[in-house]
Amino acid sequence: MAALDQTQVKEGVDQETVDAVREVGTYKYGWDTDIEMEYAPKGVNPDIVKLISEKNEEPEWMTEWRLAAFERWTQMEEPKWAMVHYPPIDFQDQYYYARPKSMEEKPKSLDEVDPKLLATYEKLGIPLKEQMILAGVEGAEDMPAEGRKVAVDAVFDSVSVGTTFQDELAKHGVIFCSISEAIKEHPELVKKYLGTVVPVSDNFYATLNSAVFSDGSFVYIPPGVRCPMELSTYFRINAENTGQFERTLIIADKGSYVSYLEGCTAPQRDTAQLHAAVVEIIVEEDAEVKYSTVQNWFPGDENGKGGIYNFVTKRADCRGDRSKVMWTQVETGSAVTWKYPSCILRGDESQGEFYSIAIANNYQQADTGTKMVHLGKNTKSRIVSKGISAGKAQNTYRGLVSMHPKAKDSRNYTQCDSLLIGDKCGAHTVPYIEVKNNSSRVEHEATTSKVDDDQLFYCRQRGMDEEEAVALVVNGFCKDVLQALPMEFAMEAQQLVAISLEGSVG
Amino acid sequence: MALPEVKQTATEARLATLTMPDAGCTRAAREDALARVLEMGLPGRRDEYWKYTRPDTLISPEAPRAALFHSDEPLLFGDLDRLKIVFVDGVFSAEESDDLQLEGVSIERIEDICCKDIHWAKELYGVLEARGQSPVQRPLAALNTAFAADGVAIHVTGKPSKPISLIYRHASETSDAMLHHIVRVESEAEVTILENGPAASRFNKCMEIDIADGGTLHHVRAQGRDHERRAATHMFTRLGQEATYKSFTLTVNGILTRNEQVVELTGDDAVAHVAGACVGDGDFHHDDTVFITHDAVNCESRQVFKKVLRNGATGVFQGKILVKEGAQKTDGYQISQSLLLDDDSQFLAKPELEIYADDVACSHGSTSGAIDETALFYLRSRGVPVKDATNMLTLAFLAEAVDEIEDEALAEAIVERLEGWLSRHS
Repeated sequence: MAALDQTQVKEGVDQETVDAVREVGTYKYGWDTDIEMEYAPKGVNPDIVKLISEKNEEPEWMTEWRLAAFERWTQMEEPKWAMVHYPPIDFQDQYYYARPKSMEEKPKSLDEVDPKLLATYEKLGIPLKEQMILAGVEGAEDMPAEGRKVAVDAVFDSVSVGTTFQDELAKHGVIFCSISEAIKEHPELVKKYLGTVVPVSDNFYATLNSAVFSDGSFVYIPPGVRCPMELSTYFRINAENTGQFERTLIIADKGSYVSYLEGCTAPQRDTAQLHAAVVEIIVEEDAEVKYSTVQNWFPGDENGKGGIYNFVTKRADCRGDRSKVMWTQVETGSAVTWKYPSCILRGDESQGEFYSIAIANNYQQADTGTKMVHLGKNTKSRIVSKGISAGKAQNTYRGLVSMHPKAKDSRNYTQCDSLLIGDKCGAHTVPYIEVKNNSSRVEHEATTSKVDDDQLFYCRQRGMDEEEAVALVVNGFCKDVLQALPMEFAMEAQQLVAISLEGSVG
Repeated sequence: MALPEVKQTATEARLATLTMPDAGCTRAAREDALARVLEMGLPGRRDEYWKYTRPDTLISPEAPRAALFHSDEPLLFGDLDRLKIVFVDGVFSAEESDDLQLEGVSIERIEDICCKDIHWAKELYGVLEARGQSPVQRPLAALNTAFAADGVAIHVTGKPSKPISLIYRHASETSDAMLHHIVRVESEAEVTILENGPAASRFNKCMEIDIADGGTLHHVRAQGRDHERRAATHMFTRLGQEATYKSFTLTVNGILTRNEQVVELTGDDAVAHVAGACVGDGDFHHDDTVFITHDAVNCESRQVFKKVLRNGATGVFQGKILVKEGAQKTDGYQISQSLLLDDDSQFLAKPELEIYADDVACSHGSTSGAIDETALFYLRSRGVPVKDATNMLTLAFLAEAVDEIEDEALAEAIVERLEGWLSRHS
């Protein structure tokens, strides 16, 4: 990292430490896979929409649904209210569909999948074929085998490459597959739920996604089932000039439970790439969904060149009484992030939680937060957001807490803290609070500060170098959120926090 | 960029009812302001900055009718020794006002200044308002700069012995008043400005305050008990080094009140406190919109806003602290709280922070809820009747905002007003 190269190695700091830090400081997922790809022509129009639908062998109702979305999209304007600035996006200068040639015939099992693709995921630390341990997690090997089983759906550019543990999950009645497969195999479920949480016309990017989404994951947990293992989707953008538009639909039927993990990376390129995903979660009575994301798209280089534009709509609808949803996100990647995982607390006594760490370094811009819409009685929500800005980055928390007149005796607690490292970055908080009944309590707190000098001094006095000390203090700052992450992610996230801040000290 | 049609039409309709006064040294400022209005258009329902308050009745060509208000209660600040400047329906009344002579300060009518070509007012009139149009547009303030026919220019050079009291009287049911005051506080000078009274059926008031290094201005305002009026007020304040600005506003009733405070700390070690307490009942709508910009080192800002709402009343708070790059050692604090006395009332808040400097301590808090049952139970168990206990807790809730008034006599007058409201409305 340039910033680190310029940092004078202070006396007493051994070279090995500096080298080690430099190594982790580079984006380690920046390589690409050389694989023959098949593209749809550049640009987006009804023909491309039809083509994507055709490639996925979709029934007619789905094609119609997409076309209606496209029609709607042409009348919409790009949102400008977020505190992010980027050059205008030419939506006609992108590929909307790219799949590895070898995926033309959908492989029936992982054995038939192109070894190059498997190698890609292996390199990312996700050995699809052998063991399904989520990667980059040190210490996971020591865990008992039962505890570390994770079923993975791997999405490569526009298509799902394969899904693991499907058979074992099927024994419990759990459906875990790519959404393209679900449209074919379980049309009744898809028809019933798709677009009911994030309507087709919800917002510019969600509408675009509705028209051109190519793949994504589908999860259905039947009533009363506790999903026997964690489910995970790993998104990889590989092709150049290609947007990734995935769609995830999770349905947790009455009394069920699932923990879902999402990871994403992309190669290092000079041009920015678009990623506009939609995630819909339906939570029925007494069900619980835990959704965790470690977002590590390529953030652009230290001069702000390249990177992913991450425009994502994520929403959970707690339809049933006593349903619960928990969003946890660690946002370290992407050049521009525009993302507000939300909870509609419709059922009485339903609960929504949002834990977020957003780290922006160099020229990254993040505008992220959540919406908690309280509709049912006795609903509870909790928001803990930690934003860290370094370098020349801008980090914004934007959120809404709304207590409707009928949401009696509801409760919200919001805490959003920002930490600034360096005097060229920015940290912003834009909360909307709407309280329309008096039996509910809403509390909002926000602070902005810099890394505490006393804490740093204490750490340095104990022999830590400055980078280590900052990492430790920052980890302490993020503790509330890190603790809410599933084990598989907690370690990775902790490391990411340290990595993303490399070069920001001094 | 062309304005949306609805906005264009509304703006034209409003402008058609106004004539720019013969303006002398303020002419250039007024023409610039009119150009701003034409460019921005008047606020519309879809504007983000008007998300929680409907501007319709503030921009309609005619002011909605508002009944006059009569009360036997003695006038606020009545016992205080002060220099009275009275406006009736937005027009200066020489008979009711005191002689405008006071040591340490010079006071002139804007109308009088308008006949002069050279005046200090030229450096201030419309200047802070224009600065305050970015990053957020405030078209009603620009409209005021362009068309306000009356107001006072207060030049504080020393430490006047008594407060300057602006008193507004409402005499006609359809009055549509626009006042523009400018205040320049010179280095090391200090003044207290009071404002109270129902001004007009519709009142658009703008005050520009420029406080030089080491100057101090205290501002205490009470927006009256007259209920049917509508008011949009703007205060633009710029502070120099070690300058101090402390403002407190009490609002009781009012079908629509929008108070904007735009404060810019441009000198090191400056201090700005803005506070407000409001109590509302029924179709009361009250909006506090505050924008504080830190553009110097080691400044302190404080925002304390408390709202008590009942019977479907609406309270709005939009507060923002902007810390510019280099404004290190900033201490910014913001609290907005509402006490909802029943289930129909609502509190809508947007407390924002925008920070571009790292060595700062900024925080904001916002809460909303009902009266604390435990505290109520405690008081009742000590033999305090429910009504008294509720009033006691309500006053305690408002205390943090009222405490921002430094002068004890003024604070006492405000508390009395609050007690009066509570005894009438519980």
